[in-house]
Amino acid sequence: MNQCLQTIADYGLRAFGYGERLLPRSDFTLCQQFTLIGSGLLWNIYFAVLALAAGFVLANALALCKASAHPLLRKPAEWFIFVFRGSPLFIQFFLAYEALVLLPRAGIEIFGLTVQTGWVTRAWAGATLVLILNTAAYSAEIFHGALRNLPRGEIEAADAYGFSGWQRFRKIVWPTMLRLAWPSYTNEAIFLFHATTLVFFSGFPAFQQKGDALYYARYFAEQTFNPFVAYPIVAGYFVALTLLLIWVFGLINRRLNRHLPGAARKLRYRPNLIR
Amino acid sequence: MKKPIFAAAILAVSAGMGMGQTVRMGTEGAYPPYNFIDANGDVAGFERELGDELCNRAELDCTWAKNDWDSIIPNLVSGNYDTIMAAMSINDERKQVIAFTQNYLPPAPSSYVAIDEGADLEGGVVAVQTGTVQASYVAETPATMIEFPNIDQVFAAIRNGEADAGFGDHEVVRPYVEDSNDLIFVGEQVFLDEGIGVGLRQSDNDLREKLDTAITEMKEDGSLNDLIRKHFGEDAQVHE
Amino acid sequence: MFSYCSDPSVLEGFTWLSCYLTTGTHMLFYASFGTVLLVLAITAPVALLFGFGGAMAARSRIAPLRWLGKVYTSMVRGVPDIIFFLFVPIALDQGLEWLRSRFYCDPSVPVRQGNDFVVCAAAKLPLSSSPSWVHDIYGIALAIIAFSVVFGAFAANVLYGAMGAVPRAQIETAEAYGFTSRQINRRILLPQMWTYALPGLSNLWMILIKATPLLFILGVEDIVYWARELGGAKTRAFDYPHPDWRLYYFLGVLVFYLLMTWVSERLLDRVRARLSHGQATLAGEAMRKAAA
Repeated sequence: MNQCLQTIADYGLRAFGYGERLLPRSDFTLCQQFTLIGSGLLWNIYFAVLALAAGFVLANALALCKASAHPLLRKPAEWFIFVFRGSPLFIQFFLAYEALVLLPRAGIEIFGLTVQTGWVTRAWAGATLVLILNTAAYSAEIFHGALRNLPRGEIEAADAYGFSGWQRFRKIVWPTMLRLAWPSYTNEAIFLFHATTLVFFSGFPAFQQKGDALYYARYFAEQTFNPFVAYPIVAGYFVALTLLLIWVFGLINRRLNRHLPGAARKLRYRPNLIR
Repeated sequence: MKKPIFAAAILAVSAGMGMGQTVRMGTEGAYPPYNFIDANGDVAGFERELGDELCNRAELDCTWAKNDWDSIIPNLVSGNYDTIMAAMSINDERKQVIAFTQNYLPPAPSSYVAIDEGADLEGGVVAVQTGTVQASYVAETPATMIEFPNIDQVFAAIRNGEADAGFGDHEVVRPYVEDSNDLIFVGEQVFLDEGIGVGLRQSDNDLREKLDTAITEMKEDGSLNDLIRKHFGEDAQVHE
Repeated sequence: MFSYCSDPSVLEGFTWLSCYLTTGTHMLFYASFGTVLLVLAITAPVALLFGFGGAMAARSRIAPLRWLGKVYTSMVRGVPDIIFFLFVPIALDQGLEWLRSRFYCDPSVPVRQGNDFVVCAAAKLPLSSSPSWVHDIYGIALAIIAFSVVFGAFAANVLYGAMGAVPRAQIETAEAYGFTSRQINRRILLPQMWTYALPGLSNLWMILIKATPLLFILGVEDIVYWARELGGAKTRAFDYPHPDWRLYYFLGVLVFYLLMTWVSERLLDRVRARLSHGQATLAGEAMRKAAA
């Protein structure tokens, strides 16, 4: 037990470069595997949270642009969504990495200030950028689909109440769009979270063996030649976190649907189930 | 049209069954000149030729199977194929899980590659391929290690300045260095393994003995050294 | 391919390229496009079926069935597909071989011998003596099962949500007309849910298309495997040496995927237009106005 605490102290933040420099080489314990893979998981969470937060905002803007009647707004949004939805993520990683390493190493001069560029080829910046753009495109498509499916009656009701454009959007269109899009958006969030495992798998290089959960799982699977321990551990971690994610998104979903008879019915039925 | 082909296939299957032991040889097919996929899509390279010769001498019926490097040992252990001939260095960690024949290639050096003569191998950034013995070695040096899934990316990283140097199996990187006009070998060569052998399941003693005998035979009559020189050049390391 | 290709080292320019692009490996590369399309064509309906079963189970009145549906969707959705593919197919393969070994082999011989998983030659799946195409087909079949299980779980979620999105009033109307629950399912729920399920399902289809590079983990050689293999720098050990051309190959693959997406979107748009027809939604309303 104490030994395991020591391992956690040594490797708990190894993925960010703190603690022991060398990874364990022999006599692998379960504790080591859980600790290191868990430490890598922090990267997956980092990528997912940043990409989802930034991607959500961007996706809303893109969906509205795509639904716009004005071609100057619609066309670029359509193309952006098409390209990012139309290509595999790891090709996006590959091309992004190839492009980012072309930036001048010494930095770019802007108004006398030298902007460092070395960091953009690192996973924490470069991969996050790709993930943001990727999830924005997928989510925008979902939101756009939901916009098309807005119930006619709700818009008519808003018009009847004399809601102006922004008011109508803020109070009727946007909440209803989210409500309709939410189950698919939950899926997209899960996909994105899972896609973070691709960052070091085929996208960006790992420095000093600082990698994500799958990176360490692969390390252990390679060292022990046994896929049946390390991979189920990552899988377990991901199931737990995905359940958490589904739960959070479910809460939001319930809030979005709280005025609907179906949602109310669900709540009423609950006690029956427990009995 | 379809039926005769199918019938022929069934015949082939039953014929194969009659002919004694079929051995499936697992390899990666992405590590020239050891093993690679030739222009016809077949496994080729030093190990293909050696493997076929060994099978011939041991009177085995061999077929080749490709497998990703990452899962090459798990798939051997779970019986998807029977041997690994994929430039796999014999080392203690692997010996705990699988068995090896005697080495068919003597211990091979690994080398540093860089663009700049004075590349800092101790404190600089050194690029390696993930999951190789070279990666384990660099992890223990004070250099900053940067890992790429394949060898092309290692050279790309050296060229675009991401890495100060690269580190890899000498025979693998040599052709790249010789073909290029910018890459050079720097620093000292390092010897990391006990040579390369055929990997087998630990329970497969019969097969190991047969292959061992064949390798000994080839070492003694000099044909193994000839084969090494053919694929790795005249100044390659050969058996004494 | 061509007669002048026998000695590639003397060729230059266009002739070199024509020989290079028709080598055996390039043929395999082109064939892999077919493999990918085949896998997609089989996986999509099978996954939809899995999803349908999952969604119906999750809505079921029978508690164990409902739990089964929910556990299936949440477990499989929880695991990243890469990780799922890294160990589930090996486990599946060993499971099948173990079952066969109970019938074909001497049961007293343990399957696990130290580190090794060993079944007798007769229980091997496929038999070691079978030709390589049997191994390929077996690999593809395993891949299709693995893909269908994963994407079925996601489809189940979309369909479950879509069934819930069908306006309550329509169901109530049907109930008022005295429809049985089976009739409601068949006549109202299922036809009406598609318009709500389509955005999610089309997204899923796009994701499925782009998950095909993972086929390589399952031992199926797909487009991306060959692009990486062919694009990597080729030294003089090869007949056709060239520098690192991965960029061009990946751009080619990119075009293929964009094309696939473009075609899919055209088709899905048609389906969407058909499903939106007469629906009480903005899209349906726009169509009504356009017609009027």
